[in-house]
Amino acid sequence: MSEFRFHPLALIRAGLRPLDPFLLLVLAGLLGYGYALMTSASPERLPSLQVHLMVGLATMWLVSLVPPKRLLSLAVPLYLIGVVLLLGVFFFGETSKGAKRWLDIGVARIQPSELMKIAVPLMLAWYFQQREGMIRFGSFIVAIVLLAIPLGLIVIQPDLGTSLLVGAAGLYVIFFAGLSWKLIVPVVMVGAIGIGAIVGFGDMLCQPEVDWQVLREYQKQRVCTLLDPTQDPLGKGFHIIQSTIAIGSGGLWGKGWLDGTQTHLAFIPERHTDFIFSVLAEEFGLVGALALLGGYLLLILRGFLIAAQAPTLASRLLAGAITMIIFTYAFVNMGMVSGILPVVGVPLPFVSYGGTALVTLCVGLGILMSIERSRVAAKE
Amino acid sequence: MTEFKRPEEALYAFRRRVVVAVLFVVICFGLLASRFYYLQVVQHDYYHARAEGNRVAVLPVVPGRGEIYDRHGEVLARNYSVYTLEINPVRVRNLDATIEALSRIVTIEERDRRRFRRLVLETKYFDSVPIRTHLTDEEVARIAARLYQFPGVEVQARQYRDYPAGPSTAHVVGYIGRINERDIQRIEERGETANYRGSEYIGKSGLESSYESALHGTTGIEQVEINAGGRAVRLMSRTPSIPGSHLELTLDMGLQRAAEAALGNRRGAVVAIEPATGGVLALVSTPSFDPNLFIDGISVADWRALSDSPDHPLLNRALYSAYPPGSTFKPFMALAGLESGRRTLEQRFNNQGVFTYVGHRFVDRKSNCQSNVDLHRTLVYSCNTYYYQLGNEMGIDAIADFMRQFGFGQRSGIDVPGEATGVLPSPAWKRNRFSSREHQQWYGGETISVSIGQGYNAYTPLQMANALAALVNGGALYRPHLVRHIVDAVTGEMRPVETEPVTRIPLRQRHLDAVMAAMVEVNVRGTAARVFKDAGYASGGKTGTAQVFSLRGQRYVEGQVAERLRDHSWFIGFAPAENPTIALAVLVENGGFGSQSAAPVARQVMDYHVLGKPIEAPAEEIDERLAAELEQ
Repeated sequence: MSEFRFHPLALIRAGLRPLDPFLLLVLAGLLGYGYALMTSASPERLPSLQVHLMVGLATMWLVSLVPPKRLLSLAVPLYLIGVVLLLGVFFFGETSKGAKRWLDIGVARIQPSELMKIAVPLMLAWYFQQREGMIRFGSFIVAIVLLAIPLGLIVIQPDLGTSLLVGAAGLYVIFFAGLSWKLIVPVVMVGAIGIGAIVGFGDMLCQPEVDWQVLREYQKQRVCTLLDPTQDPLGKGFHIIQSTIAIGSGGLWGKGWLDGTQTHLAFIPERHTDFIFSVLAEEFGLVGALALLGGYLLLILRGFLIAAQAPTLASRLLAGAITMIIFTYAFVNMGMVSGILPVVGVPLPFVSYGGTALVTLCVGLGILMSIERSRVAAKE
Repeated sequence: MTEFKRPEEALYAFRRRVVVAVLFVVICFGLLASRFYYLQVVQHDYYHARAEGNRVAVLPVVPGRGEIYDRHGEVLARNYSVYTLEINPVRVRNLDATIEALSRIVTIEERDRRRFRRLVLETKYFDSVPIRTHLTDEEVARIAARLYQFPGVEVQARQYRDYPAGPSTAHVVGYIGRINERDIQRIEERGETANYRGSEYIGKSGLESSYESALHGTTGIEQVEINAGGRAVRLMSRTPSIPGSHLELTLDMGLQRAAEAALGNRRGAVVAIEPATGGVLALVSTPSFDPNLFIDGISVADWRALSDSPDHPLLNRALYSAYPPGSTFKPFMALAGLESGRRTLEQRFNNQGVFTYVGHRFVDRKSNCQSNVDLHRTLVYSCNTYYYQLGNEMGIDAIADFMRQFGFGQRSGIDVPGEATGVLPSPAWKRNRFSSREHQQWYGGETISVSIGQGYNAYTPLQMANALAALVNGGALYRPHLVRHIVDAVTGEMRPVETEPVTRIPLRQRHLDAVMAAMVEVNVRGTAARVFKDAGYASGGKTGTAQVFSLRGQRYVEGQVAERLRDHSWFIGFAPAENPTIALAVLVENGGFGSQSAAPVARQVMDYHVLGKPIEAPAEEIDERLAAELEQ
């Protein structure tokens, strides 16, 4: 006891040790990029962006301090809370713009589907850990049911963007857990043929009297708008036309920071959130866009390295799934803004304005760092 | 299925999957990179041209809103053009300084600034926001000369809406107002977002709201070239807008004004319907308000004055005030008796002074109702005991079933929003309405008050008028409507609004004739004889008095209480007696007996309709004691 001495520097060093320097560096680059873009797209939002950044980084740091074992012990309670809250939304949720996504719990309005982006992969990783060494066909059935329950509740809200992310998160865990290729290949094939059919017969399918059964009217419209944005130049097509013009007119080197005409003449709707990539591509050109892609690629490769080296099955699956989710965010957003995917409400990770998404993503990075730290600690 | 015996094997399998995932990521990013290359390098010139050289803006062309006329072509809602001074907040760097500089050229009041700030928060991309409206020609000249100093500021001609008849049609035509969050949501749900891009106003009440889609028209598209300052410099292509349709109403503004004048400053309603078509000739609710106040957002003071008034001028009494109909229910009860076979026209009764029901004595002291009473006489002199007995014999279910055919206790489906259902009492209704078992129970005594139009009965003036219209036209129940034609603004084509009755109630003409004949006698020697003396034409009618039981939670104000405790005065009537062209219902809140205040109003309205007699002063009430003598 007498040996105990207070070393503030050592304490800080110990506290910061879980932060993976490589991930931190890439993250700093992405956040800085986002900050610069916000200065151009919507300077009046900078003060709240600063708050978001602080909260996001603090959350990431806190999560990185929690060992993976402890995180996995939270899997079941988090999952159950999430499902209960989603049921709450279903029965008592607030309807806004035709969708029921929010739950008023007295003190605040919350969006439980956001929690599921972390809780679902956590739960599935925990489940496969329990079955380690005994993973059979039945295990995958159980996993799919565990995924289907919250996913179904989010799909009926309806919220296409979040369903996509939660569904992907679950499927990534199942994929990494070793689902047979014999099952994966046919599903991917059917999907590819389906998309091919929609593109090929778009004109026919987009007639107003055709009912698409599985998709809601507004979702059908989004797909149809993608196929032919000029059909509805004042409505939904407007977003895609204008963002494509912004990207294309950016050219190789871009028009320069703060000089994007599309951005500054307010041609780009939602330019601070989902469409911020078009601001980037207009002002920083192809070079800037590739730099962003490169940043994401570094982040993703580092994530996969952490996954490949992770000490336990659960942490492997979790790390792999989180990395793929970050990829999905980035790919879906950039694909939608550049007109190769339908307009789905998915933000550009670490760059778009929006506190909730930033915190969710930072929790993901925190988990990656915690997993990496546990490997280093095991070695030591 | 995959099953790994050794942990290393599982690890290797996992790593193989990671490699697959990395490949997938690289392919997807490669796809994105090639898309960026295609857009930014291959197609760059094209997009550069679109964005830089030709900054094309797709601008909406807002259609002109349809106008509204009465049946003789009098304009009730129209558009007019005024010059406004507008600022596009996106293109102006320092708003406050700009407004300050502008205020040295034209007067800009604090009120204008407040509205401007509010509108800036609500407005969409591109839109410029008015800082001053209704500029005079001189102001336009002064500002136009210096406009070059103010990029992002412009003078525009904008369409405004005007309701020339003001309060007279506020409850019919309604008003438009600026599109708010709730409206945007509704527009989205209807899938009309594109058609409302550029629209600033939407119908908020009355016909303006219920015929919104017809009045609004179709938005056009203008592609304009915009210079670096953001001003449109050249029109490239244009799909013109299609103006909204006009509405031609069944309303007769002369009659509408006559009814309004006859009611004077009393609280009440008049609904007049053309029995042959179901078209509404007049629909008045007093007091009223000026709809023009609402168009650009009502000021706080005006709103307070309207919403805090104990007379509730915003309430549309013609559609929403449901009261027991009192004795105006008797013609319908009489028909029910005849049609059900419980009574014949020839039956005569004596000793009609008292009706006893489970120990309760219901007394009617009117001398005309004592002996030798037939159905005709009970209507002329409004005898109660006859109907107590009839109601008791028929039973509540049979009464409710018969009355339902006339639309009592149901929304009529009139083409303005805000209708109340009213109450057609029945045991089933009572079970739904109340929760405790003892309240749900239907008591025989309640049937007895229902049969003279008191008790739970509650109908709106519109329901009374429409039921009467069905009675006098041989049993055709129409959906009452205010719009006669929807007129295409471009081709002038007139599209009629429904002319067929909703149902034909099976009634024997002999019975209808008898009831109508008795109603004519009401105005000759019955309860309304004094009011209709020397009319110069034959008409039919029936007075009614709705008992007021309590103030129902209204504030206690000394001096007003006595007036608010008086009964509500009802009158229903038709004219001329042969082939009626008008069926009306008059309600005067706290007007006392039916013959006291509602009947004189009806007389003036009918005088105008039949004789074209103008109205000089509000209908005078007749003495309460005289009315009481007739009716009690």
